[in-house]
Amino acid sequence: MKADVGGSVTSSPAGQLLRLPAYGRRAAGAAEYVVIPALALAASLVLFGIFVALFGKNPLDLYFYMYQGAFGTWFSWQNTLTRAAPLILTALCTALPAQLGMVIIGGEGALLIGALAATSAALSLPSAPPLFVDLAMAAAGMAGGGLWIALSGALRHYRGVNETISSLLLVYIALAILNYLVEGPMRDPTSLNKPSTQEIGAANMIGNIPGMDVHWGFVFGIVAAVLSYVLIYHTVFGFAARVAGGNIRAAKVVGLSVGRLILVICFLAGAAAGLAGMMEVAAVQGRTNANLAAGYGFAGILVAFLARQNPLAVIPVAILLGGIGASGGLLQRRLGLPDASVLVLQGTIFVMVLASDALYGRLRLFKAKEP
Amino acid sequence: MNLDNISRRRLLQGTAALTLGAALPLHRAFAKDTTIGFIYVGSRDDYGYNQAHAAGAAALKSLPGIKVVEEEKVPETDAVEKTMESMINLDGATLLFPTSFGYYNPHMIKMALKYPALRFEHCGGLWTEKDPKNAGSYFGYIDEAQHVSGIVAGSMSKSGKLGFVAAKPIPQVLRNINAFTLGARLANPKVTTQVIFTGDWSMPVKEAEATNSLIDQGVDVVTCHVDGPKTVVENAARRGAFVCGYHVNQAVLAPQAYLTGAEWNWEVLYPRFVKMFTAGETIPNFYRGGLKEQLVKVSPYGAMVPEAARKHADEVKAALTSGGYVIFKGPVADNKGKTVIAAGVSRGQTDPELEKMDYLVDGVIGATS
Repeated sequence: MKADVGGSVTSSPAGQLLRLPAYGRRAAGAAEYVVIPALALAASLVLFGIFVALFGKNPLDLYFYMYQGAFGTWFSWQNTLTRAAPLILTALCTALPAQLGMVIIGGEGALLIGALAATSAALSLPSAPPLFVDLAMAAAGMAGGGLWIALSGALRHYRGVNETISSLLLVYIALAILNYLVEGPMRDPTSLNKPSTQEIGAANMIGNIPGMDVHWGFVFGIVAAVLSYVLIYHTVFGFAARVAGGNIRAAKVVGLSVGRLILVICFLAGAAAGLAGMMEVAAVQGRTNANLAAGYGFAGILVAFLARQNPLAVIPVAILLGGIGASGGLLQRRLGLPDASVLVLQGTIFVMVLASDALYGRLRLFKAKEP
Repeated sequence: MNLDNISRRRLLQGTAALTLGAALPLHRAFAKDTTIGFIYVGSRDDYGYNQAHAAGAAALKSLPGIKVVEEEKVPETDAVEKTMESMINLDGATLLFPTSFGYYNPHMIKMALKYPALRFEHCGGLWTEKDPKNAGSYFGYIDEAQHVSGIVAGSMSKSGKLGFVAAKPIPQVLRNINAFTLGARLANPKVTTQVIFTGDWSMPVKEAEATNSLIDQGVDVVTCHVDGPKTVVENAARRGAFVCGYHVNQAVLAPQAYLTGAEWNWEVLYPRFVKMFTAGETIPNFYRGGLKEQLVKVSPYGAMVPEAARKHADEVKAALTSGGYVIFKGPVADNKGKTVIAAGVSRGQTDPELEKMDYLVDGVIGATS
């Protein structure tokens, strides 16, 4: 997995492309990163079509309903974007540490801790103006989520604990903390059959983006993804992170502070997931309860890997997965497919995109101009 | 693009008509179908909570002019709002049944406010006057069926130890545990119920562990309140214990071990609601009922249940069905010795105090926190 993470910067296509002039290299490289995933996606749709045909359903119906449910109407678009919103933020929780060669899969935990922190912030400011409350919620959510993933980073850096395992285990700890607080000290006594915290109050709820039924989390996700991209690819800090991700010894030799890089990147990653948790409270649920553990953190891992850990590519991939989620309902209703069929499609896409890594640098199309 | 869709649909309909021919039910051709949407939090074939609702939805499919659309595994987030809207916008649903508890507030309330002309019916919620008038909540007093189940369990247990695998210590669950135990103690006053909370609604691994641990402690009849009782039923049967089912009839999973069980009877309630709806009558906003109203039922007794136990259980069932019988009748003490229902106080099914239950009655081994 580490090889794959570094691959976006240093793998074989670069060798082939070095002979091209700079602008040509860039265009061909970018085209490659669009065409190959698109081919992988098309191949998985064909495979899924065959799978569905085996169950006696018409694959053309399948494609039609998938399109209709995800992008076919204005309502479908809003449905898709709503589902994509938390995924952009939780995907960053995996994509940012990947720049350092770390595989963090605990975005779900950071989301839950972020939600708890944001809710606590709102509940401790009962009479503050809504804008102030929301800012405090965002700050608390990002700090909570950030510290949670920074914990994994610290364990890795100072104690040599594998960050993949520690971040995953921290999810269960986060869930246990959430359940304990929601069913105990923070419980609203009137939430009888669904233990929940007190509500943050209607005035503090963040509404929708004007003109559409999609909450602001989508915009924050895009802003966070763009900022992450700029940070990683257009700042010295990001360059240092990528150097450390490529070869940690080399990074140490040139005097980079690897520990600081790990802690800061992990904090930012967790902050993104924490912000997702804050948005789930402030824009959707209005309080914290077990509903927040809806798997957005885990879906974000899939998004990050499909986006090849590129913070900018996370946006379209999240929208794609949001669309698959949105159309899944229509597939159930119109074709009578079980919910698990959507998981089959997601799994197929995941495998095809990972397998398509082998194509980079091997397609004739992209190495045409050899002298 | 619209034209493409229409012509394509026509083509598909044509193909479907050719291939299926006479197999297509006639009522599909009616122009004014009422479309009803059902949303489940788990899978439709979980041998539990969701399957019970799906069975209710299936009972509507034979009604003329009714079209049922269903979606399973919908999480209790804004995803369920979008699912409801998708059913409304793309399928034309006018009556929706989001069946999981966590769908109610804020999700279903939000949709009911947004679509005031449509009807939303929620299972388990507590509708109050503050909530929209086009929303409603219904639930069954399944503790009545649990009480009858408890009588059978109490008579069948040789060790006098019953086991209860429960999800969370919330009022609805505690009420079932208590009603089951009170029933068991009618059959054998020395019986105890050991309860284990797994912490969540669907935790198959923990449910299996809890079942094994109960049986290791000498429990010989196991029952549960989790979303999918399949794990508990199969594990208990494999270990040689008897089981009482929950949500739906699980006899098919363990015919040798299945004594009886507390089942929902949504296949009676849903057609009742839909008939009111299509006739233009208002479905009551707050609807509750037990054995008498046929919202719940007791599974047929297993072949191993002797005549005496059947007779005892049937008597109480008949009393509950006719309406005079009260399960939570004082004096009732909790398992810490405190009196929770004083002597002379009868808490009938509609008593709001029961919706707030936070104790385990005497005879239950376990704690609510």
